[in-house]
Amino acid sequence: MNDKIRIAVVGLGKMGLSHFAMVNAHPQVDTVACDGAGFMVDVLSRNITAPVHRDYNAMLKTERLDAVLIATPSRLHAPMVTAALERDLHVFCEKPFCLDWADSERLTQMAAGKERVAQVGYHYRYVGAFREMKRIVDSGALGRITHVIAEAYGPVVLRPKRGTWRTRKEEGGGCLYDYAAHPLNLLNWFFGVPSLVSGSVLTPVFSDGIDDQVMATLSWNDGPTAQLSVNWSDESHRKMTTRVTMIGTNGRIFADRQECQVYLRKSDPALPSYDAGWTVKYTTELTEDPWFYLRGEEYSAQLNDFVTAVAAGKGKAIENDFASATQTDRTMAMVIENSETGAPVGSPPMAKQTIPARKRSWFARGA
Amino acid sequence: MPRMDRLLFGDNQFFGINHMSEEKARAQAMRFQHADAIMDVLDVAYDEGIRTFMCTTHDRIAEVADRIRANPARYGDFQFYPCMPYAHKYANAVTEHGMVGALRHFMPSDGLLSTALAGGKALATKEVDGIARVLIDMEMKMFQGTKTPVVFVQNVFTDLLLGMGFTRAFRIFHDHIIEKYGAEPAYITMNLPMLLDAVEKEGIERPIVCANINKIGFRMSGGFDAYLDALKSGRVRAVAMSVYASGAIPADEAIHWISELPGVESIVFGASSAGNIRGTKSLVEKYMGATA
Repeated sequence: MNDKIRIAVVGLGKMGLSHFAMVNAHPQVDTVACDGAGFMVDVLSRNITAPVHRDYNAMLKTERLDAVLIATPSRLHAPMVTAALERDLHVFCEKPFCLDWADSERLTQMAAGKERVAQVGYHYRYVGAFREMKRIVDSGALGRITHVIAEAYGPVVLRPKRGTWRTRKEEGGGCLYDYAAHPLNLLNWFFGVPSLVSGSVLTPVFSDGIDDQVMATLSWNDGPTAQLSVNWSDESHRKMTTRVTMIGTNGRIFADRQECQVYLRKSDPALPSYDAGWTVKYTTELTEDPWFYLRGEEYSAQLNDFVTAVAAGKGKAIENDFASATQTDRTMAMVIENSETGAPVGSPPMAKQTIPARKRSWFARGA
Repeated sequence: MPRMDRLLFGDNQFFGINHMSEEKARAQAMRFQHADAIMDVLDVAYDEGIRTFMCTTHDRIAEVADRIRANPARYGDFQFYPCMPYAHKYANAVTEHGMVGALRHFMPSDGLLSTALAGGKALATKEVDGIARVLIDMEMKMFQGTKTPVVFVQNVFTDLLLGMGFTRAFRIFHDHIIEKYGAEPAYITMNLPMLLDAVEKEGIERPIVCANINKIGFRMSGGFDAYLDALKSGRVRAVAMSVYASGAIPADEAIHWISELPGVESIVFGASSAGNIRGTKSLVEKYMGATA
């Protein structure tokens, strides 16, 4: 039977291998793998049944594909996604989407014009507790949300050391692109692109030349002010921990990968399952079992949505489309610019402020 | 083939793993940061007749193994079921050193295989198998001189290999664990039905498999019915984990349900208090007979 969709997983690093395993196990998918060279390709090509290619462009020419999943170092995302869309393929791209958000915008338009399913791997939007947070924020039951804290911590860089691409800024390394992208993407999901970014600090702790910690203040017109606090040199966490706290005029909400805790001052008809006072819901009760579990339901679920959208000919992503990931790329560009110049980036919610035009300016791109 | 004990003691609670709450996980990580606190709980379990400790190859387990070795009079019947590798150790190393760098990091630096890896050229199948065996031996080192009658592959690793279709690795593991350690090879998975098909294709029959098995189907990927079919078929010797589904099922009901399932040879559970250890033990005795 050949109504299966055929997906090439490109880049067999840490994320790529795990994506490859999940996609390959999907009953609706035929899988192809692709990686430049090296040990992994070598071992896999002799031990798995899926074809393994070593040259991306050659593979695009010779393989009959419906989609690609790009999990290469970040600087390769833009050219590889471009090449795939030129061949009318659907694309799932690992985060961060593109290092230059002008590329992100161009590819968003290109994918929309071709009605391709174009998705980026911000898996936190598939974590039950954060989905519940999104539902509650959208319901308005928290009242006017004024105060937000978005955090991520984990043990990635714990000592000075020899680098991989993840520790080279020009290749998309560093704590901002690797870690902070996740809480920022959640903030974009809840509130969109911030109007103003200030107080950004991108500093090394152990690394040489890249950021190991990120702090910033983000504000939205008619919306909250958020503080971002991220550090990937924190050994006290077993693995990456992401959490978001919000305070509104009618209550408070906290979510991490495991649970969503809500405090409502008064119950709200828009949120019938929550009474006044505390309600705690766990990801375990908010999540359905996937077809294949590797490292958390959210990883399987985002790929399942991609496969489903491609197979159903939906012509767009169910969640995490290119446009949404472009918001995060834009937000990260604002944080970088703010940290480099010290001048707030964007327009302040209330008072007017003149932002001098400069190279790489946020306005210069016509946002 | 000796039967496994009915009740095995797990180690999630010692390493800040809690599927419900990061806060609880942290409180546990604080409580169990020293091997003394772990030993106190293990002693309670051991004195209750629960003599098997199913544990990851976390650094702190090496300290536990030291204590067991040091006191054979006290721990004569104590046995480990090692589960390898401790995945975060590898995941963090890959981020830090890259894929090949991480492999070399965990191998003896003077070995031929490490040198072969450093050379960056294509490796022969024989060399790949050799690397796998060396990595297994490195993980087993901490258990030298203790009883390890069953050795598991940790679920992230099992399921990664399963998903990729790299099932030959199961065969390498299987043969090496039997040949070198005289132990039973076993697998932890979140995808029991799929794994069973895959290992059978490698010629491995009636494997010991540890998977979530609980009344509400929590994290039983591949489907509740497929799990029950696999258990009834007699093709697997199952170790049930998450029998309480992270607390979603009342203890008595959970154990009663498991006790009526065919194919479940053991239950693995984690607990930090004497009360909970005794509670689970008495339920298992009530519904399944002796725990050891």
